[in-house]
Amino acid sequence: MNITVIWTLAQKELRDALRNRWFLLYTAAFVGLSLALSYMSLAGAGIAGFAGFGRTAAGLINLVLLIIPLMALTVGAQSLAHEQEQGTLAYLLAQPVTRAEVFAGKYLGLAMSLLASVGLGFGIAGVVLAISDGAGSPAAYVGLMGRTYLLSLAMLSVGVLVSAMSKRGGVAIGGGLFLWLTFVFLGDLGLMGTALTMRLSVGQLLWLSLLNPLQVFKMAAILDINATLDLLGPAGIYAMQEYGQRLRIIFLALMAAWIVLPALAAYARFQMRGDF
Amino acid sequence: MIECIDLTKRYGKFIAVDHLTLQMAERSALALWGANGAGKTTVIKCLLGLLRFEGAIRVDGLDVRRQGRAVRQRIGYVPQELAFYKEMTAFEMAAFYARLKGAPAERIDPVLEQVGLSEHLAKPVGALSGGMKQRLALGLALLSDPPVLVMDEPTANLDAAARSQLLQLLAQVKAAGKTILFTSHRIEEVETLADEVAVMERGRLQFTCDSTSLAQRIGLRTQVKFIVPGHEVERALEVLRDGGLAARRNGVGVIVDVSHGEKARPIHTLSRARIEVIDFEVE
Repeated sequence: MNITVIWTLAQKELRDALRNRWFLLYTAAFVGLSLALSYMSLAGAGIAGFAGFGRTAAGLINLVLLIIPLMALTVGAQSLAHEQEQGTLAYLLAQPVTRAEVFAGKYLGLAMSLLASVGLGFGIAGVVLAISDGAGSPAAYVGLMGRTYLLSLAMLSVGVLVSAMSKRGGVAIGGGLFLWLTFVFLGDLGLMGTALTMRLSVGQLLWLSLLNPLQVFKMAAILDINATLDLLGPAGIYAMQEYGQRLRIIFLALMAAWIVLPALAAYARFQMRGDF
Repeated sequence: MIECIDLTKRYGKFIAVDHLTLQMAERSALALWGANGAGKTTVIKCLLGLLRFEGAIRVDGLDVRRQGRAVRQRIGYVPQELAFYKEMTAFEMAAFYARLKGAPAERIDPVLEQVGLSEHLAKPVGALSGGMKQRLALGLALLSDPPVLVMDEPTANLDAAARSQLLQLLAQVKAAGKTILFTSHRIEEVETLADEVAVMERGRLQFTCDSTSLAQRIGLRTQVKFIVPGHEVERALEVLRDGGLAARRNGVGVIVDVSHGEKARPIHTLSRARIEVIDFEVE
């Protein structure tokens, strides 16, 4: 693999993302809402001003669950399909580059742009909290930022897989949005319905919910902040009793699988395609 | 230099290229000639590794399927549909592709000057005219000074002036010793650039011939429309038909169907009969 080619493509991808108004809109929304959330966390408790790092981190979980998957899925879904539709992908592949380099360069560039976005959102809110003498542990806040980044990579991989399977940008975006809805809303509803109709055990319910990367993120983040999953109810209590601190490794492994497996599948699909 | 052996490309049951075998010598220029759907572009895409195919293609002894990058390193490609990143400037675009091709940055300025774009380096690609874009595509193809130039209908979307300008440039490139493979359905382009022509029809190679004999081999005909004084139309038709030309009336003019290379013959015929030609148009 030629590192210069990969880096050249990654830089271009990063530049394009920073010019993409949707990407900028998502980032601005994330930054704005992060700031608002950190401010309102304490306001709700009757105290004006910015909340501490720990409380803000807890409040950010739901914001991350909503915005980050949407951003990463749509950015990933646009990547290959949009360029194929424009014809630029075929021209790119007609150059002395390999498909592995094109894929790696694009993925790296998008991953960097997501890192910039997540870093900006957490960074600005973090600086404001630090200036406002926010109480609590910054470690939980930084931990949540790390987990958010892993979640964004997992969603990016899924988005790129959708893109590799589509020939048209519009279809890929539609697929990305459908998956976002599935992960964010339908996943929970489907799980509840399945649990009721199939009479699942608590253990089965736990593992079924862990098939959704958003649930993995949520549980891992709650575990980081509270050191327990008791507030998730019976499934959380079962998980703590059954796996204890091994849960951290399980969550990390599951998130790594969500990052690597869809990315590998997307690469395999891209490599096999012979219709550019 | 380029060798296609039993090249076949299928889309399901449809065969786009059917057992094509042809060879090109180094520093030669070959035109793939044929109507739309003849399989010309498909051959180019197979050569670039953009499509999967049966058979074998070798460039400079390298196998396209197994040594794709090395093959493409030896090829500069000018596509039919220009697919550029429109927000980049001409210079940014050249710098981007130079890095992908491993071409030194010092090549950018002379190449862009060669294709006449020195004064447009800071313009976004989207703001360039069709002719400029096509010259930029040629410049990008030449950045790494590859031995082979592959072009798909290089002048298809250009007006007459831009076409003539590009053909002059391509003639220089050919004179510099590049091996050129291109698709075309314009006879003047083939006659200017190609040494040899491979005529394709429905994915099959029909025959190859010298570029100067193509028009005769395919029986290429041209329609020339003459405007003569109204009272002379009937006599002009008679004179032309007597001279063995296929002429017919068209409103206030006369249309003559002639072989390629015989366009002046009706003018001489009319002139000998002292019939004034007010205007004419070649279609």
